[in-house]
Parts: sequence; C-alpha cells; structure tokens
Amino acid sequence: MKTTFLDFEQPIAELEAKIEELRFVQDDSAVDISDEIGRLETKSQALTKELYAKLSPWQIAQVARHGQRPYTLDYCQQIFTDFVELHGDRAFADDHAIVGGMARFNGQSCMVIGHQKGRDTKEKIFRNFGMPRPEGYRKALRLMRLAEKFGLPIFTFVDTPGAYPGVDAEERGQSEAIGRNLFEMAELKVPILCTIIGEGGSGGALAIAVGDTVLMLQYATYSVISPEGCASILWKSAEKAGDAAEILGITAARLKSLGLIDRVVNEPLGGAHRDVRGVAMSLKRALQEALRQVSELSPAELVEKRIERLMEYGRYKEQPVS
Amino acid sequence: MTWIQKLLPPKLKTTAGKETSVKRSIPEGLWMKCPACEATLYTSDVEKNANVCPKCSHHNRLRARARLDLLLDPEGRFEIGSEVLPVDPLKFKDSKRYTERLNGANDDTGEYDAMVVLQGAVKTIPLVVACFEFEFLGGSMGSVVGERFVRGVRTALEQRLPFLCITSSGGARMQEGLFSLMQMAKTTAALTLLARARLPFITLLADPTMGGVSASFAFMGDVVLAEPGALIGFAGPRVIEQTVRETLPEGFQRSEFLLEKGAIDLIVDRRELRDTLAGLLALLQKQPSPAS
Repeated sequence: MKTTFLDFEQPIAELEAKIEELRFVQDDSAVDISDEIGRLETKSQALTKELYAKLSPWQIAQVARHGQRPYTLDYCQQIFTDFVELHGDRAFADDHAIVGGMARFNGQSCMVIGHQKGRDTKEKIFRNFGMPRPEGYRKALRLMRLAEKFGLPIFTFVDTPGAYPGVDAEERGQSEAIGRNLFEMAELKVPILCTIIGEGGSGGALAIAVGDTVLMLQYATYSVISPEGCASILWKSAEKAGDAAEILGITAARLKSLGLIDRVVNEPLGGAHRDVRGVAMSLKRALQEALRQVSELSPAELVEKRIERLMEYGRYKEQPVS
Repeated sequence: MTWIQKLLPPKLKTTAGKETSVKRSIPEGLWMKCPACEATLYTSDVEKNANVCPKCSHHNRLRARARLDLLLDPEGRFEIGSEVLPVDPLKFKDSKRYTERLNGANDDTGEYDAMVVLQGAVKTIPLVVACFEFEFLGGSMGSVVGERFVRGVRTALEQRLPFLCITSSGGARMQEGLFSLMQMAKTTAALTLLARARLPFITLLADPTMGGVSASFAFMGDVVLAEPGALIGFAGPRVIEQTVRETLPEGFQRSEFLLEKGAIDLIVDRRELRDTLAGLLALLQKQPSPAS
C-alpha cells in the first residue's frame, strides 16, 4: 500500500514522489540512476528522522489519527493466533466500533477487546468512526466476564475519538455503560493489559482501559478531551487545537513522565503505519513482559493491587484549613 | 418611526428613555423571575422553599453547603477531606492560568474545590454525604474532588456507614488533563470496596450531571435518585446536536426522560428528600422505619 503523508510531512512526500518517479524511469533508462535513488532514499530517511525527532503534540495527534495506522484487528492478526471474534451484548445489538474475541497469545488462551475504526468511507460508517454506543461497552464487559470465568487474561486496545454522542446512545444509557465498565474492571479477577494504540478519547477510551498495566504507543494520544473540544471551550475556536494539544499533555512521553501510564512502546521511524509488523512485534514483547509481571500475583492480590493503584491517581496538596 | 414618535419633541424622547432605565433599576435580589413559569417571586420566598419555585416547583440550583444544611440533622456534622487542596500539575494556562481560575472560584464561592464531604445524619440515620459545588468551576471533577470522594468512602468503610453522593457537575476538569479522567476510575474503584462491605451507596443526580461524573459513579448507586428537571447525560446537548444535525426531542436528557428510559430509580422533590432518603436507608439497612 502506498503511504499517505500528513500535512507536516509534505517535504518527505515530495522526496518520496521523486524517488518513485526515478524508479519508473530507471526501468527503460540506459544510465544507471540507482545511486541517485539510494542517495534520495537516505535523504528521505534523514528528513523523516529530523521531523519526527521534534514532533509537536498536535502533529503527534495527526499521526495517532493517520488513516493507515494499524487498528485493533491488525494487531490481533500480528500478535495473536486462533482469533475467534465474538459478537453482541445479548441485550440490544452488536456494536461494530468495538471488536472482541478469544485468541491465543504465545499459545496461551486469552481475550482480546478493542476499538475498531474503518479504512474506507463505507467501513468508517460501519465502524461508526470507532465511536462505540452503550451496547459496545456492554459487549466488552460481557466478554471480560467470560474471560474471568475461565481465567483468561484480557488484552485491550484503545483507539477511539470518544464514546458516540448521539440521541440513541443517550437513550440506552451511555453513561451507565461506561461507569459500569469502570466499576467491574476494577475488580475483575484476571489480568487486564491495556494499550493505547491510537486515539485515547476520554471516557470512551477509559471504559476499556482500566487495568493492571497501561502501555502506550509512542505516537498515540490519551486525553480527557479532544484538543478541538478543549480549544472550542477555552478559545471558542477549534482552530486553536494545536495550542490545546500542547497544554493538555496528551502524548505518551508526557503522560509517562507524569506517571499516568506505565510504559511507552516505540514506533518505527515515521509512525506505526510505516512498519506494522515491526510495531506489532515491539508491542508483543512489551505485552509479554507485562503479562509475566502480573501473572505472578494471585487473583486476590491482583485485584487489591489494581484497586490501590486506581485509588492513588491524582495530584493535590494537603494542609489543614482553618 | 411611529407617528407618535414623530410628534414628540426630541427632549421628551430622551426623558422617556431615562424613565425606563430608572424603572429597571429595582434593588437587585429582592425579586426574581422563575426561569420555568416566569412568575415574579420574592427571592426570600424561593430561598425559604429550598430554592424551589413555590408556584411551579421548578428546582433551581443550590449551593453545596446550603444543600447539606437542608439535608442533614443539625447535630454531629464533621467535614471530611477539607485538608485536600488543588495544585496545578500541568501548569495549565489558556487566557488565564489555572491557579488564577482556582483563586477566582475560591473568591466567588468560599470553597477550595468543587466538592464538600460531610459526615452526619438524616433523621438520625448516620451517613457520609459527598456533595458537588457547581459554582466552583462548573462542579468539575479534578484530583481534589476524586480524593475527597475517596476519603468520604474510606470514612464510610471505617465506621460502616452508608454513602450518598449528590452530583452537580459539567464533567471532568479539563485543566488537570488526564489526571481528571483518571478520577473517574479512582472514584468508581473506591465504590467496589463499599459494595464488598455491603454498605449502601446512593446517588442523587442534580442539575446538571454530565460527562465524566455522569459516566463514572453517578449511575453506580444501589439506588439512583434524581431531582426534577435535572439535565443528566454523557454528552452535552450542543455536542449531540452538532453530531446528529437535528434538533433534540423535548425534555431530552431531563430526569423525567431518564426515568421513562429506565435509567434512574426515582425522581425526588427536594422538599421531600430527607424523608425519602431516611426511608430508603432504613430499608436497605434493615432498620425500623424512621420517625416522621
């Protein structure tokens, strides 16, 4: 598949177009221009390195939303085997913005759950742009309970702009569905390993991201509100999204330094979509390590530790008030 | 211009204008207009009536401490978690610094953050109550709200008391970024301990209960109560309208709508809250019915 480039990547795009052109001419050219191609390729690499070394949070948000970024089902294919997708919340419908099912991780049975976005327009609509309705969260919870019953570890993959803000979603209890997941996940007696793979959009992301370890890909974002939403509240203009991204602290590196996530998983040069296999293998190694750590705990210890950890979130000071 | 305006000499027009402006300057606060039935009311009458319109029973918003004062017995009240105070972990600044906003909210409300937690009793039934202060940055939930909530839960656990939370909040506090989002997980995790100890958790959803507060512990109550006409939902009506591009149905996201959809247990008039709550707590704890 041909890589598509983001606005800030235009210099790279131009170089790549040139390389493509040269390759095309090379076939019926008497002169050997492979040296020239090689030179340009090195240049493109160097340029990518340079650009990616100093990405702004807003640019990172663009990478996190890249149309070619690997989604849950892509990681599913790369990291797990024997995946069987399971459907429906048993009450209302099967939500296509959240997928889930049983699989094997290094041969061991497990449950995989994640947000799913679509690639083309038709699939995007089918997946509701990765914005789940209550039935999506309820399906996720049903599958998590199933995992608990049979002692299977749970892997979740987070990639959503947020829970769907629609009339039907409200009518069926979007708030309750999210709150219920937070409550139940806090005391689920099996390991829960969460990875933010793209957009971690507020409550809609958190509803499947309460766990024993939270990993985050290098160019993923995780935020209480989208930069656009924040900007339109603070500056009454979505144009200021860049400024909002800056102050909200939404990047993996920043969140790691604030102690809000456990580990950052590095991405290939130019982002996960440039080398899906590569990023999947790095993530697999990180998940292996994380699973090994929590597997040593008994179910009771696991839950105690998780609840304690959850209850420690927050920054405040203490002093007696007169 | 109407024919009479044309007839009037210019001087008279200006005096006429002045007169209306004089008429408007009634001493502020003596009278108020009910936002629902538009009846003109004595402010003191409304205040005496728990901020409920005496004509149409419209529930106006109520400050946290006034609410707690109305709800709890006068004896044996202790505040929990007032020692927990806000910081600015992200050095957040838009047109104003977050610290300035905190100070401003403190000046306006006398509170240090958007939640007041008290231990006390309702008709002699002891409990812990956590109440949101909407006037403090829209009742938004940041680290202090989360921590005070958890300390309230811990007190309830230690003393084996039921826990009530009265919500009135726009959602998570933007200025603390992901710390605020994590308060959703934090508060809800604390509730699993209450559930394990078989201690009742009751929520009363007041106007408004939105976003991160709505989508965390608000609906986790063993019994979920709401005040009449309160706006309750995950996404704000404006966001939904922008998404679906249609006008929302009448009464959408109001308590009555939620009751109809099966999302809440009961709508309680503020003036009957003490009785209803004491009755529910007695039933849940298998105690004799409280004296009326």
